[in-house]
Amino acid sequence: MTSTVTESVVSPTTGTTDGTAVDRPAAYDDEVLAELLVEEISIDGMCGVY
Amino acid sequence: MRVTDRLSRGLDAPICLTWELTYGCNLACVHCLSSSGRRDPRELTTEECATVIDDLAQMQVFYVNIGGGEPTLRPDFWELLDHAVDRKVGVKFSTNGSRITGAGAARLAATDYVDVQISIDGADAATNDAIRGPGSFDVATTAMRHLADAGFGAFKVSVVVTRDNVAQLDAFAAIADSYGAQLRLTRLRPSGRGADVWDRLHVTADQQRELYSWLLAHPGVLTGDSFFHLSALGEPLPGLNLCGAGRVVCLIDPVGDVYACPFVLHDEFKAGSVRDEGGFAAVWRTSSLFLSLREPESPGACASCGSYDACRGGCMAAKFFTGLPLDGPDPECVHGHGEAALLAASGSGRPAVGAGHTRSGPVPVSIGRRPA
Amino acid sequence: MTRYALHPQVGLRDEAFGALAYHYGNRRLTFLNDARLVAVVRTAADHDDVEGALAAAGVPDQQRPAYLKALQRLADAEVLTCE
Repeated sequence: MTSTVTESVVSPTTGTTDGTAVDRPAAYDDEVLAELLVEEISIDGMCGVY
Repeated sequence: MRVTDRLSRGLDAPICLTWELTYGCNLACVHCLSSSGRRDPRELTTEECATVIDDLAQMQVFYVNIGGGEPTLRPDFWELLDHAVDRKVGVKFSTNGSRITGAGAARLAATDYVDVQISIDGADAATNDAIRGPGSFDVATTAMRHLADAGFGAFKVSVVVTRDNVAQLDAFAAIADSYGAQLRLTRLRPSGRGADVWDRLHVTADQQRELYSWLLAHPGVLTGDSFFHLSALGEPLPGLNLCGAGRVVCLIDPVGDVYACPFVLHDEFKAGSVRDEGGFAAVWRTSSLFLSLREPESPGACASCGSYDACRGGCMAAKFFTGLPLDGPDPECVHGHGEAALLAASGSGRPAVGAGHTRSGPVPVSIGRRPA
Repeated sequence: MTRYALHPQVGLRDEAFGALAYHYGNRRLTFLNDARLVAVVRTAADHDDVEGALAAAGVPDQQRPAYLKALQRLADAEVLTCE
């Protein structure tokens, strides 16, 4: 249920989408990119509504 | 770009919003954020309400959180509910339960895209009724019983956390469980009648820490992201963790005025009116208030604090109504910076707030339900 | 062959950053933070399998594993249905 806070996972240099981080394991990059692409929260997770 | 940065710059349409349908209410809760009680003669007509819903559907607003006052007091409430859900604008309405009869609960259970939120502020009648009035706990739990019996599913039990009920969090969770409902805890703001009771009812610093720990341990409990200021204590709480006012959410009041959020019903935070040319869409997209809220925030006095990224300076309503500057600490800043600021200001800056729609004279001693 | 389609209970709304997906049943809100991902989601049902949708959206080969993971996450979140 917690939103995926990508900034706690990713350092700025890996936050690119051009796949330049060649010396990292590919699976790590894929996971990181996948998290950048999709984030979830509850509709009740916004401040300023009832 | 982080989602939070993107969202703080605003969207072309709200994700969801709060819509107070009426200022009328059969209760007189001591902390009412909208100072409700008497209906306003200028309230939107049924046709005007339908137009607002049509606009929201057009903008693809996913959800509208309907409240008031007590929204079910409006005779057209059910018609408007259907108008919204028929257009795939989801509705969650917040109610004290006084009009949720067995038949009403069955009707709601059969309706798609609707959710119900029943308000209580104590885990027993004594604690609750001290805030919401004699008999209100029984009315609320009766409504919960009707919804559970009708097979509605997981409706919401919503609690405003106060100094007097923060010791009852486990009990609230048990109440919600017993009706198959989901618990929701929200923050008390010094808004509306809340300004009158803030000093004696807002949680203490120790209670805030306990609340934060409890919330982390109970991730299934909703908060409406209203405790994002507590994220400065450590791990962020679930939710967007930012002030959505004017950026992803806003408020429409019973007379059609648009405000940044339900906790700032004050001219300072009024963006326009749905009765203006261009309706709600024009207000959302072009009002100078909302455009300025979507500018990058200035940390101001919080710039030197390492927690600003986590708490974002807290709640502007809490700051405004305690007389604190908006670019500084929240009055309940977990590091105590707000308390220090309040002592320095010694209460001289609190904005004047009128009685709103509070009913004068005695409130009825007991609340019965009208026959269905 | 995996074939995805947008879940019938999901509303998809374009945004400058990509799209918002709201599931009216489970009340979850999902942020699709990439325009190409949104294109894949919108056209997924038109293709016999997901690889076709990825190609049509212009996703570079080396990013396909990541996009497939993202699509799986969307399926887990019930934003997409999967055959």
